[in-house]
Amino acid sequence: MTLLAVERIKLFSTRSPWWCAALALVITVGITALIAANTSTEFPLTVGVTQAFYTFGMYVVLVMAALAITTEYRFSTIRATFLAVPNRISALLAKTVVVSLLAGVIGELVAFGSWGISKLIKPDVNIAINTAQEWRNVAGVGAVFFVGAIFAIAIGTLLRHTAGAVALLLVWALVVESLVGIIPKIGDDIQRWMPFVNGNRFLTAGTEPFPGEPVINYPFGAWGSLGYFAAISVGLLIVAFVVAKRRDA
Amino acid sequence: MIEAIGLTKRYGKTVAVDDLSFSVAPGKVTGFLGPNGAGKSTTMRMILGLDRPTSGKVLIDGKPYAGLHRPLRTVGALLDAKWVHPNRSARAHLRWLAKSNGLPARRVDEVLETVGLTAVAGKRAGGYSLGMSQRLGIAAALLGDPQVLLFDEPVNGLDPEGILWIRNFMQGLAAEGRTVLVSSHLLSEMALTASDLVVIGKGKLISQSTTQEFVERSSEASVKVRSPQLGALGPLLVDKGFTVRDNGDTSLSVSGATSDQIGDIVAANGFVLHELSPQRGSLEEAFMQLTGDAVEYHAEIGK
Repeated sequence: MTLLAVERIKLFSTRSPWWCAALALVITVGITALIAANTSTEFPLTVGVTQAFYTFGMYVVLVMAALAITTEYRFSTIRATFLAVPNRISALLAKTVVVSLLAGVIGELVAFGSWGISKLIKPDVNIAINTAQEWRNVAGVGAVFFVGAIFAIAIGTLLRHTAGAVALLLVWALVVESLVGIIPKIGDDIQRWMPFVNGNRFLTAGTEPFPGEPVINYPFGAWGSLGYFAAISVGLLIVAFVVAKRRDA
Repeated sequence: MIEAIGLTKRYGKTVAVDDLSFSVAPGKVTGFLGPNGAGKSTTMRMILGLDRPTSGKVLIDGKPYAGLHRPLRTVGALLDAKWVHPNRSARAHLRWLAKSNGLPARRVDEVLETVGLTAVAGKRAGGYSLGMSQRLGIAAALLGDPQVLLFDEPVNGLDPEGILWIRNFMQGLAAEGRTVLVSSHLLSEMALTASDLVVIGKGKLISQSTTQEFVERSSEASVKVRSPQLGALGPLLVDKGFTVRDNGDTSLSVSGATSDQIGDIVAANGFVLHELSPQRGSLEEAFMQLTGDAVEYHAEIGK
């Protein structure tokens, strides 16, 4: 508990988490507002549409989570941390918990903010959240942000450099996972095992695919996909912790 | 009490610290002296459990650093004053450190007062001058009121007032019975601050003794002799068993002799003297002599 309080003080005594949270909200809610305002009978507003742009916020949150650890290396405060808490795994675990929880909260704000603004813009369209699938589609965004933050912290801990970690995360989540599907023959088989693709699957399983969206034959159901995404992220985190414990700080 | 036993650190083929054994006793300031690149910082990082020794171990009050419960209460360290997030205030920086070791929040204000940063405690640490950063680093080291303190090159880049403050401060800490280890590459600074010296070069122990012993042993006295008859006088002094060096400017440096002895010899043989003056080797020269072979990076001068 003490260590969680320590990491909370550290996180909120710099400005970057506030900026990142604000940016994630503004970008996602803003784009959703634009789209909601332009929906029509051919392209109707649905719960799924209000959540279609969560990835914009997620990329910002991935950067925030990676920064939370790489700036510690950048400014050597990680050394001050390890001096105060020689058990490196507990120190890093506390950081992961605090940052991931914040990511989850931002995710919920982004999700319900996007849904709320759509409701405000098109009050006549029925986008009430009723079914379990619709709840998963909206409230699940927080869970995906939470797991994504774990993934980002693992990458940040392994690479230690902001530029490298951010570049890898964004190229991976934005480019690699979506383009791997175009590799002939094996592309589809690889894509269905990609972590962020499975995170997205958790949110969208059971909804109509958007026009042009590739249809992937997923290995798991909705919750299985989330579990798979979480397993990959936690696995990566364990590797990162073992490396951080062994290497010179 | 700090005890290093056969401490060794290798980076690939480079040996940074080589089978280093020494001990640091409480109640006095111990200087940790060596040229740049001698392995001082690496050793200090190993003492603090930041770097993993390739072999050997180092114990603080009989325990490795990682084995200390709430280590800031036992050991305070200032290795680099810049280990602070530039956008975090000094108070916030100390607050998380205090929290991590179960120290009350009022300790933060106490140490800020001790180092004289109370007025600027709410400002972002990135805007601090070097002297202020150094004070913040010392405040962090003092937070847990530790019995063992480590400072790595604490006076580097400070103005004379700051140097004097740190020097008196460290001696005050030692006078309270604490173990204080201070590294430096300047013997003149250590001669003023430390009562004991651990001297290393190229990662190896050169000597561990009191500062006074080290200075006496290493700064060998010599006598400067100037005379128009050096050609005959030089060999005569060599015959008497003294070590003679030609300075090249019509003077000789004679070591192992007092000026009295040389004066007597000169008079007995009827030579003319233009100068006879005892020379005391400077501390820096002595240090260079001792560590000269052990400097990691030699600068080539006059090529």
